Order: sequence, then C-alpha cells, then structure tokens
Amino acid sequence: MKLPSFEYACPATLAEAVRILADHEGEAKVISGGQSLMPVLAFRLAAPSVLVDLRNVPGLDRITITENGVHLGARVRWCDIESHDGLRKAHPLLVQGISHVAHYQIRNRGTVGGSLAHADPAAEMPGLAVACDAEISVQGVAGSRLIKAADFFDGALSTVLEFDEIITGIRFPAWPSGRRWAFEEFARRRGDFAMAGVALHFDLDAAGRACNAHVGVIGVCSHPCRLTAVEEVINGNVVEEDLVAAAAKAASEAVAADVTGDMHASAEYRQALIGVLVERALAHAQV
Amino acid sequence: MTPMHVLNSYVGSPVERIEDLRLLRGKGQFVDDLTREGLLHAAILRSNVAHGRILSIETRDALDLPGVHAVLTAPDFGPSVPVIPLRLMPMPSLEPFAQPVIASDKVRYVGEPVAVVLAESAAIAEDALELIYAEIEPLPAIVDGTKAGDGQVLLVESSGTNEAAQYSALLGDVERAFQEAEYVRREKFRVHRHTALPMEPRGILAEWDQESERLVVWGAAKVPFANRRILAQQMGLAEEDIDMIENDVGGGFGVRGEFYPEDFLVPFAARLTGRPVKWIEDRREHLIATNHAREVDCEVEIACRKDGTILGLRGSAFVDMGAYLRTNGVIGPRNVAQFLVGPYLIPNVAVTASLMMTNKTPVGTYRGPGRYEADFFRERLFDMVARDLGIDRVEFRRRNLVPEDMIPYALPTVTPVEGRTQFDSGDYQATLARCLEEIGWDEKAALQGRLIDGRYHGLGIGCFVEGGGTGPRETARLVVEADGTLSVFVGTSAVGQGLETACAQIAADALEVPMERVRIYHGSTTYVREGFGSFHSRAVVMGGSAIQLAAEALKEKVREAGARHLGCSPDEARIVDWTAVTAGGKSVELAELAAEDLTAEHTFANTKHTYSYGAHAAHVAVDPKTGAVEVLDYLAVEDVGRAINPLTLHGQTIGAIVQGLGGTLLEHLIYDENGQLLTGSLADYMMPTASDYPNIRVVTLQLRPSPVNPLGAKGAGEGGIIPVGGVIANAVAAALAPFDVQPRELPLSPPRVWAMLKTAREGAIV
Repeated sequence: MKLPSFEYACPATLAEAVRILADHEGEAKVISGGQSLMPVLAFRLAAPSVLVDLRNVPGLDRITITENGVHLGARVRWCDIESHDGLRKAHPLLVQGISHVAHYQIRNRGTVGGSLAHADPAAEMPGLAVACDAEISVQGVAGSRLIKAADFFDGALSTVLEFDEIITGIRFPAWPSGRRWAFEEFARRRGDFAMAGVALHFDLDAAGRACNAHVGVIGVCSHPCRLTAVEEVINGNVVEEDLVAAAAKAASEAVAADVTGDMHASAEYRQALIGVLVERALAHAQV
Repeated sequence: MTPMHVLNSYVGSPVERIEDLRLLRGKGQFVDDLTREGLLHAAILRSNVAHGRILSIETRDALDLPGVHAVLTAPDFGPSVPVIPLRLMPMPSLEPFAQPVIASDKVRYVGEPVAVVLAESAAIAEDALELIYAEIEPLPAIVDGTKAGDGQVLLVESSGTNEAAQYSALLGDVERAFQEAEYVRREKFRVHRHTALPMEPRGILAEWDQESERLVVWGAAKVPFANRRILAQQMGLAEEDIDMIENDVGGGFGVRGEFYPEDFLVPFAARLTGRPVKWIEDRREHLIATNHAREVDCEVEIACRKDGTILGLRGSAFVDMGAYLRTNGVIGPRNVAQFLVGPYLIPNVAVTASLMMTNKTPVGTYRGPGRYEADFFRERLFDMVARDLGIDRVEFRRRNLVPEDMIPYALPTVTPVEGRTQFDSGDYQATLARCLEEIGWDEKAALQGRLIDGRYHGLGIGCFVEGGGTGPRETARLVVEADGTLSVFVGTSAVGQGLETACAQIAADALEVPMERVRIYHGSTTYVREGFGSFHSRAVVMGGSAIQLAAEALKEKVREAGARHLGCSPDEARIVDWTAVTAGGKSVELAELAAEDLTAEHTFANTKHTYSYGAHAAHVAVDPKTGAVEVLDYLAVEDVGRAINPLTLHGQTIGAIVQGLGGTLLEHLIYDENGQLLTGSLADYMMPTASDYPNIRVVTLQLRPSPVNPLGAKGAGEGGIIPVGGVIANAVAAALAPFDVQPRELPLSPPRVWAMLKTAREGAIV
C-alpha cells in the first residue's frame, strides 16, 4: 500500500498547472483533497507520472453567494460548505446533501472539484450538480469553458474533461424562496457510498401545484442523472399521497434500462430502492 | 489499636486496565515501531490466480531496481519447501493439505506467496513486486465448497480428493430416535465467509546473529512457544536458539499469531542475508493472506416429541476450508459438529462436518470458531420447530436446556482425534430467565410482527455455551525483586484482552500486595520454559490459576527465608504488607531476603474445559422497503463463574457482540467464479463502525464457579459473539412473521432481507 513513484508539482498559477497537464499528455493527475486519488494510488490502480497539487493556486477555495446563485471554487472542502453561514439559506439542498459525504475526517479534506472530476456514480456532489442544473467551469490551455453538469459525466468514473483541463468551480442556479427540497440516500453504514440516493426540488405555483421539478439520482446508473419521467409526473400536480406513489413507481421504471447491479446489491434491488427513496424524498420535502 | 487488616480484593473489581496508560499515551510498542541497524524490508508477491501451474518466475528486472537486495522464490528455500504443520489436532491423513511456505509448482488461492522481495525500504520492495513476472497457467478454480467433492478438479492431486477429512460427533442412537419421533423437520442453512480484522495487521521483525547462531523474532503473538517449535524444525535450529518476542498487539481474535508462511519466510530471509528483515502486512494483504473463517453449509434434521422434547439431532456440515489446512483450521469444523447441540439436552446426536478444499484463502479460528455457525443453525431451527409444534419458542428452549442436576454433562464425542468434553457447572434456566427479564420480553412480545412507523418489530432469543480454559498446562514463575516488587512471568499471551491487568489482579490478591508492586511479563519465550498461549479463552483460566498456585508457594518460601533470618520456625513467621517478615517481635525486610533468590514456580495442569453459558436477546426493526435491519436493543446475559475483572469483561463482551453483528449484518468475503476476492478493501468489506450498534447491554453473572480450576473462573472472551447470528436472524424472522420469512443464510444484508420478503409476498416457497 505504498504509493508508486511519481513527480510532484505545486504550481502557483492556474496557467502553470494547466501547462503541466498539457505537457504530460494525460499522464499527469490533479490532486486536490486526495480523498479518492490517494487510495487509488495506494492500491496502484493508477500510476500517473506527475501529480499537480493545486494548493498554491489562489482563489479556488471561495464560496460566493450572489443573485446568480452559489459559486463554489474547486478547492472548497465539504467542511467549508457545512460550516458556511449563508449557504444553509442560499442552497439548503446542497448543504444537506453534502452532510452525507463520507466521514468527518474525509469531509475536512475532500473537495468539490476532486469529487466532480473523480465522478463516482454514487457520490453526492455530482448528483447534486446534475439535479440542480449546475454549471461546471473548467480551464484548459486553450482557455476556459462552462459545461452543464448534465453533459459533464459520461460514465462511471468518467467525465468530458480534456487531459489539460482543470475544474475551477461550479455554479448552482439561484434558489428561490419557497422552494421544496429533499435529499435521501441509503447506505449500509453512515458515510459509505450510497446504494442509491435522490436529490430533488420543486416549486409551487399559485394554486399549490408543483412545478419546475428536478429529480436527480445517484448510485443506480453509471453516472448521476435526472429522471425526467418522474419530474413530469410531479409537475402540475399537488404533492399528496397518490402522487408520491405514482412518482415512486415512475422512478423505478425510469431507471429500469440503465440500473446496474454489483456484489452489494442486485439491479432489481436498486431499482426498487430508488422508488422508495423518491417516495420518501417527496413525502419529506421541506421548505 | 491494630489497623484493620484488609485483604486485597482486586479480583472481581472493575480495575482499569494497566495497559491503557501506556497505550493511550502512544507509548505502546508494536512490531512496526521497531527498527534495527541494516534493516531490510520484505514485500511478498502473491498469486493473482486462484488455481494454476507456475511456469516461470522472472525476477531480473526487480533485482535491477536500485535498493533491491534480493528476490527469493521457492528454490531459494532449499531442496524441499517446508510445509506448515497443524498445531492443533494433527493427523497423518491431513498432511497432504498443509500449506508450503511458498508456492513452487502450483498456486491454490489468490494471495498465496510466490516470491519475496528484500529491499532497503518497504516502498522500494513494493515497487519491485511490479517488476516480477510470474507466468501462471490457470487451472479451473473451485470456489464452492459444496461442489468441491465431485472430484472434477483436485487441489492436491496426490490426495485423490478435495474432502480432507470428516469429523463426527456422536451420542446415543440417532437412528432409533428418528424412527420413533412424532415430529421431524429438515432444514438447510448457510453461514457466509467472513473473518477477523484486528486494528493492527500482522508483522514480523527477525534478526539472525551469525556469531551465536541465534535468531530473535519480534511480533510473536498468541502461541509463541508453538511457533518457535515449528520454526526451529523448519530452520534446523534448536528451540533454545530462537527467542520469540511478544510486543504490544493490536488485536488477535484468533487469526493473529498463528504460524503463517511469512513466519518462516521472514526469519529465513534474515538468516540468508545476514541482515534484520521486517515485514508488515498491509490491509489489502490481510484480506487475502490472513485466515478467513465461518463459511459453512449445513443440512440438519431434528426429531421431537409433540410436547417439544428433543429426541435427536443429525446433520451434515460442509466447511469451506480454502486452499490449505492451516495450523488450527480443523477446529471450526470439529466445533460445528460437537457444539451443534448447544446447552440443550439432546440424547441422540450424529453430526458430521466435512472439510472441503477450495481455491480460496485458507481458514482458521475466529472468535467463537464453529460455535457462531452452529448456534445460527440450531437457534434458527428451534424457532421453526417451536412454531410447527405450536409451542412458545422460549418455552421450547426452557423444556430442552440441560438441567443442572445432570451437570457434569458429557457432550457428543468427536472423532477422529477423539474429543470428549463435559459441561462443568451451570444453571442454564437462570440465565435464560434473567435475559428475558432484562430485555422485557413479555412487554415487548406484543410488538412482534407489528408495523410501527413503517417498520416491523421482532424479538429474537438464543441460548449458548462458551468453551474455555483448554489445557494441557500453564506455568507461572514469581520472583521477589531486590526493590521489593514482584515479577510474574507467564506463558500466556496478550492479544489486547487485558491480560496484564487480570494477571496483576490475581497475583496481587494472592500475595496481598498492591497491584502497583506487581509486574507481569508474558508471552515471550524468554520468560518461562514453556507456554501454551492465548486461545480458547484460556489465558486467564490457565495462566491465572498457575499464578494463584505459584503465589502460595512463594509465600511459603518467603516465610521460610524469613524464619531462617529470624531464627524461628516458618509457621511462626508472618509476612507483613509484603515488605517484611516478622516473628516474635523481630522483623527482616523483604528487600534483604530478596538476595536469597525468592522464586517460586508452579505449573497448573488441567484437561477439563470451562463452560460459561447464557442467553442473548435482541429487539430489531426491519424496514420492509429497504430491507434494513436496525438493532434497537441487544441484551447479553452470561454466567462466567467468576469475573476476574468485570470492567474489561464488559468491554470484551460488547466488542464481541459488535463483531458478531458485523458478521451477521455487514461483513462478507465475496469471491467471483474465478476465485478472485471482490471485497478486497475496507470500502467493500464492511466492518461495523463505532456508531453502528449503540444499543447493547451486557449482564455478567457469577452464579456457578467452575469446579475445574482454583480461581473458579471460566473462559469468557468469546461468549459475546457466539449467539449473535441466530438471535438476530430469529428477531428478523419474528418481525416478518406476517409474511413467514425464514432466514436461512447470513449475512442479513438489506438486499437479502428485501429479497426474502419479496419472495414471500409473491407467495413462492421461501
């Protein structure tokens, strides 16, 4: 469990970091919190030639709340989100979801950018990003670009990031007052990757009907995704018992084609579980 | 006025562990804390193929890596590779299945040592592993013990079979019992593969002194004397030329301290290179290299009268042994056979346990070996039977517990390597009654099978016995030091169970001195002539009894020495506060007498076992939609005869219960069809964490002292884990009784519970 040998770079600017990545043509790896990368290295599942540490790159660790929403720098840690004064009001779903990330010690080190780049199918941050229509900003040699979270993840542990690109931050759209939301996940032990999870929010129209529903799921498919079929069931209706049941059923059906099983749980179980979690999330949705 | 003379009363008091001051201050010394000048670090290349023929091993690139000192493969270990003998219950017929210390022609499990790298650092050694190219031609792998017997593929060709042995436990006339029975039921159960994960993985540091031709091995644990014997034989040394040194140990649980391949490879490498060599197991290695345990399929049949009286029990168990029979591998299977009856009066018994070889990591003992499995089979079966017969399941147990007036009560006899044992003392009804009372069984019974806030509630109960105190003997040597302190040397080992504290309590009470003046030296082969170690909950029962008896001898010696000084008879001499001896108004300081070699040694020999016993009960809530089982309350009652230290015992019992809950609900070593371990990290092999099972209560009783040792104590380290599988499974069954869900297999993971419920609801046969 000793790390393989690699070069270590600790650039002072983003431009320099990006240049090192470009120079190594895919052999370099960015390290931010190291909470996924270090175990991967210890198990020798990856052997990058150089690690590019972002610790000296300024400005990546900020949380900014504006009328455009919440912006999290790539090096913002989970504990920063948990302890931030304004975030609980500015984006309660984000704060609640992040409280499920691993354990205390890991939340002190793990970062937003690291989780997005690692793209674990069951990780909370990618799921929240997709559920909330977040936008991920990345910087490469050719410049910067914005990628919609829905387009960012293209498989298990896989994203559309080019090898010379670094995630610089993520923006969650502004959170209107009165929005209903819930986060539900099911894990064997507290802090484990979830067997399945749901992040959802919806607004209420003047008649008390749900609208603008967003339902994102983690842990069931190769990457986080929104369940538009469930959103359609919810939109335009009052959230009460029958609707909750219909949405749960729709959720299980929606993931049927893509749900994957593994040694811990069959596809059949996960499919049923996602329905249960949608049901519970809707039933517990709060302002 | 003479001050009141207060006899010491450490034994039975909740004395805080004397080990903790050292450990909590970071002053413990574990084997990886040690280093030596010129140290080489070993790393072991392990087979990544479950079953295969070694065609070639290319080591040149590894040797070329700067910092690599040597790369050893089978031919480097001499003309014939040593095999590891069975420590417990050896038989010539088992020898073909013993493990060679390194693979030479065949590999038989993923994790089997293939090559050893010695390098200037552990990191370089690991780098070098990636530069060794072992070409292994794969053979079909056997991963299912129940299918190993068909003989299509043989692990050891020369043996002609994959069934290494079969143990039988017999009592009475089982055929007749079944013929005459009014009721019989046959069931199949399965306990899954899981094992112990001590906080500290294994480790060894070996140093060879060329001048004196002596070897010192640090990191010894559990059974240092037995391991020294094995190592001496393998290395062609006299036992006296090897010192096995016990360091602080981060947990044992049965798996640490047995003789593993590394216990030869590392010392051998030290002698070969003339440099000290250290090897520290990492967590990934631990999961494939250290003994696995528990994987048993069992078919069992019970015969009863309609009133619930059990007449007979028969069955066959198939124990998945993995690829080799290790030092204590046969204990689990023979215990499954013998202890399937538990604390119940079952007059006719015929249970066999077959040892099936498979291409998986070899198995060994894990806390409560065979008993955890057997208790799951039995207690689960009892609940089914009670329901069939329309008898309350508590009443069914009451009617069948061995009555106190039949104790000593002989258990079924195991063959081969004949094993006879008998319950020593006990009021089995009393612990059951206390358990029911403490958990509030009668009040909570109404909750069973009821849906409350979306979860079904259920209660489970199970009775058990815990064997302990195995012989043959243990020796203690007590020495009065020049400064008046007492040194106590014992041959038992500390594996994190608080041995130093317990031994110090016993010595201090026996000699009537403050504990602070007692020093305990244990484990290492340098302290006493022989020692039998710490397993089968024997360290305190056997070692403690030896201390108690040696203390009497020491007192006599001190009085004699004092009498000589004072010119009186020993009968007149009195020891005062362990500082002086007085007689007739004169006195002599103990420190002065210490010059006369005040030493006493005593060996306590005993072949009779102790049997702690009791009952556990649990209250669970089952979420029918996720299959999640929450343990709302867990209650353990155990009579240990005499608790040396109720505080440490309490901690041990809670720890054992959590370990049992982990094995019942979380932990599972899962293999794929090619014999690859899928749960190769602690992300996938799920240990319980400190927050998972907060609701555990333990009641320790001292109703019936053991008549087989002078302390009256019974082995008590394992009782916490033994009944857990059966009790939790029974509680889940009770919770889901409206659907007639009957768990027959562990672990009760959420997907398994969910699937059982789904099948039951769909009306299929469960």
